[in-house]
Amino acid sequence: MAKVLVVTSGKGGVGKTTSTAALGAALAQSGQSVVVVDFDVGLRNLDLVMGAERRVVFDLINVVQGVAKLPQALIRDKRLENLWLLPASQTRDKDALTDEGVGRVIGELRSRFDWILCDSPAGIERGATLAMRYADEAVIVTNPEVSSVRDSDRIIGMLDSKTVRAERGERVEKHVLITRYDPARAARGEMLNIDDILEILATPLLGIIPESQDVLKASNVGTPVTLNDADSAPARAYVDASRRLMGEQVAMVVPAERRGFMNRLLGRRAA
Amino acid sequence: MSMRLLRLFGGRNATAPVARERLQILLSHERGLLGQSDLLVTLREEILAVVSKHVALDPDKVLVKLERGKTVSTLEVDIEVPNNFDKSKAIAERRMAG
Repeated sequence: MAKVLVVTSGKGGVGKTTSTAALGAALAQSGQSVVVVDFDVGLRNLDLVMGAERRVVFDLINVVQGVAKLPQALIRDKRLENLWLLPASQTRDKDALTDEGVGRVIGELRSRFDWILCDSPAGIERGATLAMRYADEAVIVTNPEVSSVRDSDRIIGMLDSKTVRAERGERVEKHVLITRYDPARAARGEMLNIDDILEILATPLLGIIPESQDVLKASNVGTPVTLNDADSAPARAYVDASRRLMGEQVAMVVPAERRGFMNRLLGRRAA
Repeated sequence: MSMRLLRLFGGRNATAPVARERLQILLSHERGLLGQSDLLVTLREEILAVVSKHVALDPDKVLVKLERGKTVSTLEVDIEVPNNFDKSKAIAERRMAG
């Protein structure tokens, strides 16, 4: 049974595209057939993060409008044969997406893949509402920071009211993914802590991705972080999150501060 | 530098609890009252309908304001009632209109 999962946040720059690529690759690596769909029409970036930017011929808008057939627009990943990308258009605007057109494409994808990951644009406009419209599940990417949490709350409200599932009286299964978590700042009490965020958003936790240079390094070379350096802290956190999406029970690892020599000497502890 | 030393030796300057408290207050409002963006419009129309059953009003002189505070919010309704109010005339007008 195919699952449509939207990766959304409201706020921009929190890590939606990075997370879509990393989770998609992790799911594909465990044997699932996966397509990642870029809904950020006009500002596409998922192709770049996936390293497929030079292979884009047709895009989501072409398929929605019937200019191209779905198989013509799908790009197969060079590293994983069961991972595919449906890119967004770089030249059109979000008004080119229609509700019924998106519904038709999602329906077609459902018959071909186990997982359809929709990378939502920032904001709450048409692109974002259509990205979540047909979702069965949602990953709400949140940074431990007030404006991101507020926007996540708003998006959760939309998932509960504006999706096809909500309109049918069904639930969209929601998960919070905390990204750019900085253990040192958390220990100093400078960053919203995880329990507070979860309590405020009243939504279960999918994973905690630590702030890391590895994320930037992976996007530099156009490889999902889970494939670029599988042993890195963010890669392991994303793999754990993907296993939770598949229904596995995986113990949650809260990234810990790497304590320097001076700190150890002074006996400082992470709060 | 002195701040850093202070923190190193136990002086905590945790801002996270402030963030949490601000968010909790803000979101409780946004989810409830302000989540419905047309709440004030609805309130205004319904208050206007109720009051004008009994008093003749100028619809432009009905102000509804919502101000949110930390523990309570205030809903301020300001209705200007003209002195030359004539109830029978108002009722007649309403019958004409209805």
